[in-house]
Amino acid sequence: MTAEPYDRFASRAADFGVEVTRVAAADASSTIETLVERPAVGAALPWADVTLPEDVRTDPTPAELDEAVTGVTAAAFAVADYGSIALRATPDGTEPVSLFPDRHVAVLREADVLPDMAAAFDRLGETFRATYGSAILATGPSATADMGELVKGAHGPKAVDVVVVR
Amino acid sequence: MSSKGHEAKAARIRELLETEGDAVATNTRGFNTGRYESVAKLDDYQRLRQEAREIKEDAIERLPELLEELTETVEANGGTVYVAEDAADANRYVAEVCEARDAERLVKSKSMTSEEIEVNDYLQARGVDVVETDLGEWVLQVADESPSHIVAPAIHKSREGIAALFNERFDPDEPLETAEELTMFAREQLLERIKGADVGMTGANFLTADTGTMALVTSEGNARKTVTVPDTHIAVAGVEKVVPSVEDLQPFVELIGRSGTGQDITSYVSLLTPPVESPTVDFDDPETPITEGSPDREFHLVLVDNGRLAMREDDTLRETLYCIRCSACSNTCANFQSVGGHAFGGETYSGGIATGWEAGVEGLDTAAEFNDLCTGCSRCVEACPVKIDIPWINTVVRDRINRSGDAGQFDFLVDGLTPDAESGGGPELQKRLFGNFETLAKLGSTFAPLSNWVANAGPVKGLLERTVGVDRRREFPAFQRETLVDWFDDRDSRVPADPERKAVFYPDVYTNHMLVERGKAAVRTLEALGVEVVVPRAPGAGRAPLSQGMIATARSKAERVADALGPYVEDGYDVVVLEPSDLAMFREDYAHLLPAEAYEPLAEHSYEAVEYVYGLVANGADADALASAGGPASVAYHSHCQQRTMGLAEYTVAVLEQRGYEVTTSDVECCGMAGSFGYKEQYYDLSMDVGENLGEQFRSLEADHVVASGTSCTDQLEDLLGDPPRHPVELLAPDGGD
Repeated sequence: MTAEPYDRFASRAADFGVEVTRVAAADASSTIETLVERPAVGAALPWADVTLPEDVRTDPTPAELDEAVTGVTAAAFAVADYGSIALRATPDGTEPVSLFPDRHVAVLREADVLPDMAAAFDRLGETFRATYGSAILATGPSATADMGELVKGAHGPKAVDVVVVR
Repeated sequence: MSSKGHEAKAARIRELLETEGDAVATNTRGFNTGRYESVAKLDDYQRLRQEAREIKEDAIERLPELLEELTETVEANGGTVYVAEDAADANRYVAEVCEARDAERLVKSKSMTSEEIEVNDYLQARGVDVVETDLGEWVLQVADESPSHIVAPAIHKSREGIAALFNERFDPDEPLETAEELTMFAREQLLERIKGADVGMTGANFLTADTGTMALVTSEGNARKTVTVPDTHIAVAGVEKVVPSVEDLQPFVELIGRSGTGQDITSYVSLLTPPVESPTVDFDDPETPITEGSPDREFHLVLVDNGRLAMREDDTLRETLYCIRCSACSNTCANFQSVGGHAFGGETYSGGIATGWEAGVEGLDTAAEFNDLCTGCSRCVEACPVKIDIPWINTVVRDRINRSGDAGQFDFLVDGLTPDAESGGGPELQKRLFGNFETLAKLGSTFAPLSNWVANAGPVKGLLERTVGVDRRREFPAFQRETLVDWFDDRDSRVPADPERKAVFYPDVYTNHMLVERGKAAVRTLEALGVEVVVPRAPGAGRAPLSQGMIATARSKAERVADALGPYVEDGYDVVVLEPSDLAMFREDYAHLLPAEAYEPLAEHSYEAVEYVYGLVANGADADALASAGGPASVAYHSHCQQRTMGLAEYTVAVLEQRGYEVTTSDVECCGMAGSFGYKEQYYDLSMDVGENLGEQFRSLEADHVVASGTSCTDQLEDLLGDPPRHPVELLAPDGGD
């Protein structure tokens, strides 16, 4: 692989219909703001320099989850070769927040863009043996061809945006 | 099988071709094309396959130890492990869990192992509402049908069919029509059911012993909801799903989607170490934040044996346990593409690998119902991401079926055709007839042309159809009075003055007795390139009996071939073969039939005829000694399935192009004839349906020449196009005047 991991990631994610935007930390919140359609739910981002827009409801109720149009979460890392992002199963609900709403906005640090699956599974192996945690490798939106043609948004989001913070 | 049995099977296949064939064909061929495109993007595809294979070999070898480690890890994580001996045992345990949780509804994500144990029926009989949440599985649940494909269960249903089903069953305000409308309707219906679920059930594609992590490969997101929403998760998985560590998942994650539906990766690969840390989502209490309401999660891993540990002890069936259920062997199979899993499948599993699964899980009787649909074309071997020798499993199971069955009632007809090695129980008459084709061919040449008139005369064809099930719509190939060996013996020696190489031209049964002209062309071609050629008398390669599951007969042929050709190889001769299926015997199948010291030299020194020509020219032989197109000329070339699996089709294309032809190759996996398969009355319609893809392509090409490498492809193309194609070597041979 010759391209920088970020470029490769952005190009592969685009193959699956995912829009990727790269921003400086200072501009991240306003970029997220433009991508969020209301009502929105979220799981708190694990970085001090990037915050969720104020009206994004963290710690949602089932009713709020059901009504939300957008879910905003962090992604633990990305896999450049596949345009995939890794979503940790966290106690504050990254999994349901990234799954129920029609649109998922994922936020990622550029340093966490890994080149390939070998690197991804090295990281997962190390993490899981330490934490016995869970993660979803998500690539593009939810999809099915069971009804005779490819349709996006089978049970999960119909659209996915990724904000990569430098 | 009796004549009535043949007719019933033919009728069933005809019905499926008409009702489900189009949808199955479109979908499987789409997946298969996608597989070719997707794996081509991987630089290290073959290395990943090798890694995946080695991980599975190691895991099955160390299975008891890994299961112990997995159990300890899952229990340390707070889950429960139950190893179920069989389906009844698994179902009883699952029902107990549901009862203990007072479960009224269980939602499921797609799982073949749960299909295998038929847990839905078991739970529903005990008052639990079971809902499939995979859209395809749900369609089948609504329609009360069984899956026709291990990955895309509703592959046999068209969009129109699903729309009609939903509109009738649910009577929506506006009739549903588009795939988008159908999907959104199903999504909403299923979300309501998931909201009220008490238990979620999943399968597991892989389980890691080191962390107790399960991998679920999905695209819809239903498995994610199934695991997250309710507080109780039951995973049902075969014991063979365990791999040592998290890192071992990598090659499988890269291969499984590509091999199956042709996706580089599916939308979601859930890597769950249950009980998961995500909060449950309790829609009965919609106003309490999810993080406050979450009770303790409960996780049960049900590891199902159901015959698998016995398969591990079985030298042939063991490889089946390496299967990752990707469906590549279904999608690449020409017969499966036409009829799907409702014909080419057993109780649960379908496609090439199903014979292994059904023989191991259900028994030989179930495998016997569809095992014949594997023609041994070998295209699945190349497609399988863990390199399982699926045709060999199917051949061994066929052999076991033969030995367990009753001998046919028309034994007198083939007395003398069946060697002693296969008697005792013994295969049915139809298999014995085709399995001993060499004997027929010898008689055919001796009595030609009389034998040809008789064989194709109405009364004889009727008798053959009634007694042994040879379809009367097929013309028998014409036997030649003068065999290739006779021709060669009677001909003046043409040993070149200073031969570059020495070669034995192997007179396979078809070239020697029927397609003699192609054999003469091959001999002249080799001689023109400076090769000293001999054509000795040699026995049939054993392909015919092997294809009927008559392994003992095939082995005795292999031994005689090795006796006949071995001394030449020792003497420095190469072995040149025209018939690809016989070359595949020498190179691949003989590994199972002969000791290494007999197999290896023969495999190493055997070449397909045009591959050999390519090698001679590449090493300096004068190609201009061969015939050429002599002006613009197009060729439609159908290679042979086994020739393609061996990677040899390219040589023929290259040599023909070098001689000035414009070559277009067929884009089908197999011609559908597959040796004797297309002659059998119960499979004639299927064979023609498969062949029609090839017929259609070649008719539209309107090429100057149609050529094919294999005998059965030649027969099939003649039936499809009206004229017999020639062998590529016949375009290369200089005119010899003899």
